[in-house]
Amino acid sequence: MAITREEVQHVAMLFRMSLSEEEITRLQHQLSQIIDYFQVLQQVDTEGVPPTSHTLALENVMRDDEPRPSYPSEDILANAPLSEGGFFRVRAVLE
Amino acid sequence: MELYDLTIHEAAALLARRELSSRELTRAVLDRIHQVEERVEAFVTITEELALKQADDADKRIAAGDAAPLTGIPAAIKDVICTKGVPTTCGSRMLANFLPPYQAHVTERLLDAGLVMVGKANMDEFAMGSSTENSAFHPTHNPWDLERVPGGSSGGSAAAVAASECIYALGSDTGGSIRQPAALCGVVGFKPTYGRISRFGLVAFASSLDQIGPLTKDVTDCALVMNVIAGHDRRDSTSAPLDVPDYTQSLITDLRGIRIGVPQEYFVEGMDGQVRASIEAAVNKMAELGAEVDWQVSLPSTGYALACYYIIAPSEAMANLARYDGVKYGYSDRRGDSMWRNMELTRQHGFGDEVKRRIMLGTYALSAGYYDAYYLKAQKVRTLIRREFDAAFQRCDVLVTAVSPTPAFKLGEKVADPLQMYLSDVCTIPMNIAGLPAISVPCGLTEGLPVGVQIMAKPFDETTILRVAYAYEQATDWHKARPNL
Repeated sequence: MAITREEVQHVAMLFRMSLSEEEITRLQHQLSQIIDYFQVLQQVDTEGVPPTSHTLALENVMRDDEPRPSYPSEDILANAPLSEGGFFRVRAVLE
Repeated sequence: MELYDLTIHEAAALLARRELSSRELTRAVLDRIHQVEERVEAFVTITEELALKQADDADKRIAAGDAAPLTGIPAAIKDVICTKGVPTTCGSRMLANFLPPYQAHVTERLLDAGLVMVGKANMDEFAMGSSTENSAFHPTHNPWDLERVPGGSSGGSAAAVAASECIYALGSDTGGSIRQPAALCGVVGFKPTYGRISRFGLVAFASSLDQIGPLTKDVTDCALVMNVIAGHDRRDSTSAPLDVPDYTQSLITDLRGIRIGVPQEYFVEGMDGQVRASIEAAVNKMAELGAEVDWQVSLPSTGYALACYYIIAPSEAMANLARYDGVKYGYSDRRGDSMWRNMELTRQHGFGDEVKRRIMLGTYALSAGYYDAYYLKAQKVRTLIRREFDAAFQRCDVLVTAVSPTPAFKLGEKVADPLQMYLSDVCTIPMNIAGLPAISVPCGLTEGLPVGVQIMAKPFDETTILRVAYAYEQATDWHKARPNL
């Protein structure tokens, strides 16, 4: 196993996602298999090769600094599970 | 011939001559949906009322002499593309009730051109998958054999075109998600160059790889849809500020002067013998039409593309999917006692298995201590893959390969083994890594199942791809084959 049960739980919490015990077991097995497969890349000599983050010959695309109307807040809040007074409503963030 | 079997160009000619109204055509397509959808299940949402209203609007436009080639032609839109006021679910429980507050760039363009939208097409959740079995709602069935998958992730779009439940469709392609289902369903599917079509309003999966494209019944239709949806849009800073040619000018049947390369590495281990024979026959046909063929092109890093992709795509996906927090929109699980706990529960219960698997892979690959070994390494290998393509395109105008190593597999066959499922995209992933345009065109049948040939070219050379695809198509009858439903 390339990845432990604790690591699965740790990674899930880095993303703020809970998992059931059964999911942790299955993911430990599947992720280990896939991560083992990734080792094939270690055979490739990439000494001095720059990374590619995207394939376009574009850099720092800027727009003109002109004010434009945004979406009406009621349109945006229409999809919110809970809202109040023009804000998204959530449970307490601080204990 | 039934009205629903028409291509865009055939229907547009009848509409222009007033031998057919958009209302009649749309009615015929909707009736076809009622006839076969129970078996195919290509759609998440069917928008019958909207389609009929848009058809009437189109008929008025045609009567006023204001018609464009797509005016009044019924289409399906993959459910990852935002349609204002029409549910856009991404095949996910997370967005089951999401109503986009805006139009995607491509739907805006199609609406301007006189779109008739018959529905939103089913897909693997958040476009992650190769079989459409990862839809949170239902799988889609291959119209050629209902026991088999249509491919994915744009399986609903491909099946809808193949089953004549629409005249054309839009899909999206991050690692083969237009081309592989097009091949498995026997239709034309085109992934243009990264940057050719604005991704504004395309719900993000992997932002450096995602691209929208058409699924159509033939290459002429593909060019007609490209003419409407291609081009720069300031709302997508990765859309290319380049002029768009009239793609119908590429539709010529002469391949003299075209240099074709056949990369050996794409005849992968485990490839179906009949698929291989169909690809070789397709290349021979292109040679008969005047093309020069080099059968010995080599792209040595091809074997690393899959691992490279399954690091880069999940890493980008993980960053994109962090927006689903149960607060702003979408599914919200509020059984917890704090905002953080609710976020954790929302993701556990809102995402399906494959999406969670990719989130976990991406989070792992980007986490402290692993970044250099996985993500950075994959980005460097990405450079090597691009350089090999650049070198090949110094000597060849197009490269020709298989799209999928096998025809459509059985529903359920690969669900338990993610790595086997990932391998079905081995021939399509490298083009996303390199940002190249590539098309899938029908080139054969094996035991009654369609096979597709892939044609790719250097960035922004869509015209050469369409020329080769069209000449090949016109010299064969594969695109005329239809499933018996």
